[in-house]
Amino acid sequence: MAKISMRDVRKSYGKDQVVHGVNLEIANGEFIVVLGPSGCGKSTLLRMIAGLETITAGQIAIGDTVVNDLEPRERGCAMVFQNYALYPHMTVAENIGYALKVAGTPKAERMARIAAVAASVGLGDFLDRRPGQLSGGQRQRVAMARAIIREPRVFLFDEPLSNLDAKLRVQMRHEIRRIHNRIAATSVFVTHDQQEGMTLADRLVVMNKGVIEQVGTPSEIYDQPASTYVGGFIGSPAMNFLSGQVDRATHSVRLASGDRIDVSPAIAARNHGKLVQIGVRPEAMTMVPAGQGTLNATFEFVEELGAGRLYHMMFEDLTLTVLAGDRQTLAAGAPVGLHIPASAVHLFDADTGKRVEAAPLAVVEQVPA
Amino acid sequence: MIERTPFLNIATHVILLSGLVIIIIPIWLAFVAATLTLQEVNSAPIELWPGNQLWANLVEAWTISDFGTKFLNTLIVATSVVVGKITLACITAFALVFFNFRGRMLIFWMIFITLMLPLEVRIVPTYAVAANALSPFQTILEVTGINWLINAVSGIEVALEWNLLNSYTGLILPLVATATGTFLYRQFFLTIPDELVEAARMDGAGPLRFLWDVLIPLSKTNIAALATIMFVYAWNQYLWPLLVITDRANYGMVVVQLSDLVPDQLTTGGGTPTWHLAMAATLVVMLPPIAVVIFMQRWFVRGLINTDK
Ligand SMILES: Nc1ncnc2c1ncn2[C@@H]1O[C@H](COP(=O)(O)OP(=O)(O)OP(=O)(O)O)[C@@H](O)[C@H]1O
Ligand SMILES: [Mg+2]
Repeated sequence: MAKISMRDVRKSYGKDQVVHGVNLEIANGEFIVVLGPSGCGKSTLLRMIAGLETITAGQIAIGDTVVNDLEPRERGCAMVFQNYALYPHMTVAENIGYALKVAGTPKAERMARIAAVAASVGLGDFLDRRPGQLSGGQRQRVAMARAIIREPRVFLFDEPLSNLDAKLRVQMRHEIRRIHNRIAATSVFVTHDQQEGMTLADRLVVMNKGVIEQVGTPSEIYDQPASTYVGGFIGSPAMNFLSGQVDRATHSVRLASGDRIDVSPAIAARNHGKLVQIGVRPEAMTMVPAGQGTLNATFEFVEELGAGRLYHMMFEDLTLTVLAGDRQTLAAGAPVGLHIPASAVHLFDADTGKRVEAAPLAVVEQVPA
Repeated sequence: MIERTPFLNIATHVILLSGLVIIIIPIWLAFVAATLTLQEVNSAPIELWPGNQLWANLVEAWTISDFGTKFLNTLIVATSVVVGKITLACITAFALVFFNFRGRMLIFWMIFITLMLPLEVRIVPTYAVAANALSPFQTILEVTGINWLINAVSGIEVALEWNLLNSYTGLILPLVATATGTFLYRQFFLTIPDELVEAARMDGAGPLRFLWDVLIPLSKTNIAALATIMFVYAWNQYLWPLLVITDRANYGMVVVQLSDLVPDQLTTGGGTPTWHLAMAATLVVMLPPIAVVIFMQRWFVRGLINTDK
């Protein structure tokens, strides 16, 4: 059990810097999910914590120990890999118990612990099989058991579920959360699947191009994205974006088309004349008869989601999507009004992409180097 | 590609059978010759069916050639070559693949280039080294003038000498020092996924532990293949033992000995050629390599069935 603190952690491969100064405090027992697109440096960050990758600059501490120069085995971390990385020539029991064998745990104790851990992840009947004779989900469990048996202070997961089918993925997700609650180690879980991230995390870390964009609980990140990047990345279907300029007098944002979208008077007052991006979630907009809404758009086509429908509209040369629970039948090309309430509007600075707030908000501060 | 048509089935079998016949005929003729008497083996036309002299011929060939000692020698040399080769190849490839050090590729290419220099090509320098394994160092001492310096200072003349002629070491070492095994192992180690290496590191296994617990068990098939090839290669050595061993009675190898039985002007002195003995000896000499291949074959097959990756 340990907290992890990262201070201005950087990683370069030769001249290429791929992680640019990450600052992050992870509390003891917390479940952190690092979310980001492919190539943003998530795995690199995780592997620096694990000790599989050297730290180019900065400092990582686990508990009260700075681990920069420690070997992986001395850090008390266990890791679950994307491709499981099981030893193909060892049985399930040998795979699970290998770390104990290396550590010199007496055989009787080892066997007892293997049996207990295997039973806890439902592998009791498979102890004598080889990994090659297991299904993907079972291999995943072996990988988990192998990590659990070491009773690590820190649990690291690198996209452990991405090779499973959708249903099994949800099931294993629950199982991972259950295991986390039971053994109460600090967990860092890397994924590019936002649903996985949202559902598992105590706190989410959204990364982009080697920097942390935002840290917060899933609902904080969904409700108050700190940048256009986070707004667009989190949430499916994705947020709609429109560009415009803030106008104090009408407390609205005026679009290039001349349409106005209302924003809260407080924001408008503080940001008069600012060029902004407006972000609106698809479920926060409603469709109204043409001419009665904030904007007038043209209906294009609809996607059936089962629980609701996703309506695609054209506004000027932009595609806007509206998520609605009711089922309407519209002809392609039909004019539709879109109602955008002021409370649904997220404002971002057009230049920096950062969120514009009425008052400075307590977004998680990045500790300066 | 698996095609199942009667015509192709027949064609494949015809091809297979003709191949088999081509391979079997010389062996059959050797076997038949080994079962005949001196008169029968030299009578024309050539005899195609075995006689009843096999045992007598075997015994005679074995005694004339003193094969007891020769077999033991060859077995010692071939086994040592196999063990030495596998050990050397395995740890060299391990260093080349799993450690990042300066000049790694340079070293690999230098090893690789020696693939193009089989023992026969470099036999003269190798012989020079075998005659005095320390001669390269002696040369260095002399060329750099260190020897002169030592002599001037202390009055001692340094002459390094370590003669490998007429010894097992001399027979074995040059056969061990080739690149084939290293190359084979390197290619295999390169197929080991990085994650497996990392999983072992996370489990706390150091490099040697990883080599022993993971790489070696995984490369069993490779070991079997290399062992077979190297055993047969070492068993069949002719030129090198011929050069390096003058004390045949104690260090002779079977193939060199076998060549002495093959009748020519020298051995028979114009008498009737003793092909029946030569062939009987050939049969005996062939047996150990065949036994090794058959025994090792089980490992190849098991290796193929148990691929879990
Ligand atoms: N060994 C390496 N040498 C050079 N560049 C590397 C190396 N490993 C990773 N990179 C680069 O570092 C960047 C981050 O890689 P990383 O593996 O952390 O991405 P990721 O966020 O885990 O992506 P994914 O979701 O695809 O796994 C990438 O641009 C990658 O090309
Ligand atoms: Mg990755």
